[in-house]
Amino acid sequence: MSKTNQRLARMLSALVISTGLLSAEAIAADSAVEQGKAIAFDRKKGNCLGCHAIEGGKLPGTIGPPLIAMKARYPDKAKLRAQIYDATKANPYTPMPPFGKHKALSDKEIDLITEFVHTL
Amino acid sequence: MRKYFSVLLAASLTLGVTTVSADNHGSINNKDAKALADYFDKKFPGVTTNDLVNGAYALDESLFMQFEAQEEFPRYEDFVAQGEEFYNTPFKNGKGFADCFGNDTSSIRPRYPHWDKKKQTVVTLEGDINKCLTDNGEKPLGWKKGMMAYVSGYLSMEARGKTINVVVPNDPKAIEAYNKGKSHFYRKRGQLNLSCADCHVYQAGMYVRADLLSPTVGHVTHFPVFRQKWAGGSDKDDGLGTLHRRYGGCNKQVRAKPFKAQSEEYRNLEFFHASMSNGLKFNGPAYRK
Repeated sequence: MSKTNQRLARMLSALVISTGLLSAEAIAADSAVEQGKAIAFDRKKGNCLGCHAIEGGKLPGTIGPPLIAMKARYPDKAKLRAQIYDATKANPYTPMPPFGKHKALSDKEIDLITEFVHTL
Repeated sequence: MRKYFSVLLAASLTLGVTTVSADNHGSINNKDAKALADYFDKKFPGVTTNDLVNGAYALDESLFMQFEAQEEFPRYEDFVAQGEEFYNTPFKNGKGFADCFGNDTSSIRPRYPHWDKKKQTVVTLEGDINKCLTDNGEKPLGWKKGMMAYVSGYLSMEARGKTINVVVPNDPKAIEAYNKGKSHFYRKRGQLNLSCADCHVYQAGMYVRADLLSPTVGHVTHFPVFRQKWAGGSDKDDGLGTLHRRYGGCNKQVRAKPFKAQSEEYRNLEFFHASMSNGLKFNGPAYRK
């Protein structure tokens, strides 16, 4: 977790304590999405922007489709995760790297990216 | 009667094969090159095959203008001059490069890569530059950059405007070497599971982040290449590099273990890869981002 994220988490928990508006569950979910975003945008990790346009990302590549309406495209989150884990299963000729199968990302990292991408 | 016919059939088939091999345009590599040129013709309307010698710059007008601005005062000019000087400096034994390559410096680059029937292997320009040096008792040069790239760059400059015509002779071993190179090109590799063709055939013209992917037809025309990226790397790197240096970089980028420069793997790849630019004109060295 980056320093900014840690600071953000501390600020958020302070906010929760002071206002009592957010449940602990909501914070956990938010931070998973934020962590997933960081991994997705990291050039050495997911590097999703290499090929996909994603809201909040600059100069995206054009090889893959823009990541929008993901809940409509993948009502089943497990199917989205499977696609990130090994896209060659659905299409052996895909240029999308099999991130999980080739261990470019850990299972945990793929879980977090899935959480993030599913919000898009 | 049936026997007679089959003999006749076999004879005519043999004749047919001989006719095809005598005509280089029907050879295996030219058929592949034509198929790729037709593919890119359809993919990039308004961009001719000849335009592809400028790589990705042929696909985008504003990028092309940046490229032209770089080529106005080329940063490889001084390296080419150093290569020329080295080329014309006699060896300690009194001989020189001209004793290996002949006097017409414009005809050297276009002879490579070629199939060496005696050695049963693909021979590259860089390979013969070092062979000339060691045959004459001189030290060989490093394969990827520095003086090797300068000399190669000088010979490319001399060959500008000449046509690429890689010949794959009708020899099973030569065809096997060509097919191995082709297989390297089309096979997915590395942790990212990408083939050369994934980026430079199927996705050519698309962006990887902010970089426009170049079509493979036209790749080899401008080597050795001056790469801005290499020049910015370290003080020891002036930016000029050979084709095999680039191969190693490409393999690393898909997180595959690179092969050694001038290894059989890369020489076979060059045999295929250079063939795909048959009919195009040499325009090296050139600037690339």
